[in-house]
Amino acid sequence: MSGRQREQPLRGRLTGLALIAPALVLLGAIYLWPMLGLGRMAFNETGSTGAMAPALSLATFRSLFEDPFTLETTWNSVWLSFVATLLALVLAYPLALFLHRTQSRFRSLLTVLAVAPMLVSGVVRVFGWLALLGDRGLINAALMGSGLTAQPTRLVYNYFGVTLGLAESLMPYMILALLAGFGRLDRACEEAAATLGAPPWRVFLRVTLPLTVPAIVLGFLLCFVLAMSAYITPKLLGGGRVFLLATEIFDHAITNANWPAAAALALYTLVLVLLLVAAYAALTRRAEA
Amino acid sequence: MREGAGPWLGAAAALVYVVLLAPVAVVVFIAFSADSFIVFPPSGYSLRWFQRLWAHEALMRGLSLSLMLAGIVTIGSLAIGVPAAYAIARAKVPAAGALKAFFLAPLLLPTLVLGLALLMALQPLRLTATLTGLALGHMVMTVPFVIRLMVTTFATLPDEVEAAAASLGATPWRVFRRVTLPLAIPGLAASAFLSFLLSFDETVISLFISGPRASTLPVEMVRYVEGRTDPLVAALSVVLIVATLFVILVVERIAGLARVVGR
Repeated sequence: MSGRQREQPLRGRLTGLALIAPALVLLGAIYLWPMLGLGRMAFNETGSTGAMAPALSLATFRSLFEDPFTLETTWNSVWLSFVATLLALVLAYPLALFLHRTQSRFRSLLTVLAVAPMLVSGVVRVFGWLALLGDRGLINAALMGSGLTAQPTRLVYNYFGVTLGLAESLMPYMILALLAGFGRLDRACEEAAATLGAPPWRVFLRVTLPLTVPAIVLGFLLCFVLAMSAYITPKLLGGGRVFLLATEIFDHAITNANWPAAAALALYTLVLVLLLVAAYAALTRRAEA
Repeated sequence: MREGAGPWLGAAAALVYVVLLAPVAVVVFIAFSADSFIVFPPSGYSLRWFQRLWAHEALMRGLSLSLMLAGIVTIGSLAIGVPAAYAIARAKVPAAGALKAFFLAPLLLPTLVLGLALLMALQPLRLTATLTGLALGHMVMTVPFVIRLMVTTFATLPDEVEAAAASLGATPWRVFRRVTLPLAIPGLAASAFLSFLLSFDETVISLFISGPRASTLPVEMVRYVEGRTDPLVAALSVVLIVATLFVILVVERIAGLARVVGR
């Protein structure tokens, strides 16, 4: 018995190593190594023929920042992500508050229904938006059928369509974040305000909304980051007319086969998102203090 | 003040449900259209697009590749992720916290960046547009997912039961096989379900590392939708939605959906 106990630590350590080694090797090979390669790639150069030349220079970054198109796509991405996230918040808030408060016996079914779109492929949902917003889509059919418009209204393959589709794809995440945060919402505070004579809108503005600010802050941050890196929705609903950082990264990598430019733009986007998140965190901290 | 949500909030929530579910609802509706393109209202209803679906070679090839891929990815992710999660949860390795942070790091990165990095790493090895390459690419997402889920699962298991089995003379392997593993079945079912679904639906990473030789179903669907919008993709979507519901029901029987979603 004492002999077995003495050999246990070494054997235990070896077992632990054997258990963890496959995951370490795998993620080293398919995560760490590729990410290091991506970082390295951004410092290569692209020759005048478009062929990649191994180098250790900032030429790719220089041409990236000298191109006014970079600033334009940056602004497009940030603004579109902001509006889509705001829209998702405005839509998800009443639904989450409803789910938090309802006494219905279908409550858990309704909650599953609210996040169920997450389980449906993004391509399917984008196709649904095309069917709704397209020139021959449901909304245009209704508009023209009722005589409100004579020509189809362009609702998709532009920034409007992408914003709407993106907002819908963010909503399940926003609902989950809000529901998690609504736990601290104390019904007694709202009831006290109402008893003291506050009309419902005032209870909402002065009690409910301030109490749910932390949930809003968290949901907004999560969805904004998701929106900044969304690719499928802008690609398919934008139809080549919406220029965002995500679509540019993909085009550089696949269509132009300019890997250094794709890598540099990807690193730039990662740093941009990090900076925006840090600025947002600093702002909310100051607002709370 | 009344209990519950009240009529105004209920009405607002109903409106939001319409926005949220409209794209999926309209897809289901269109799938049964008899027209050759998307028209409202359809001139008639039929199952012709479902019949067309089986004859569409590219989509069917994508479907069989995606199913096979998701199966391989699920088995591989469980085989690699579960032991690692066990070692971390039971602190059988030094610096378990740092290891966990490393393993979960890929989940913090956008799939767009992961896909780009994988393209650059796999292309020189001639692994793009191969089953191996796609499986490796998907496991960047699924292995961290399994590890996160299973660390929580193992950490919440009561270790008294394991200690009791061990003190009664069971070897560590026997304790794991006969006590820990059966207790972890809900977590394992959830891991398998989510790995399969993540791999099957993964689009962005696949777009980077697919090619004419091997394209997954979502990649073929993106290509199809880019080219035209007819009810064929809608019919395919209905098949996928029904299949997902079926799998959810099976998982519900095994593990209880509430526990799967709740974790």
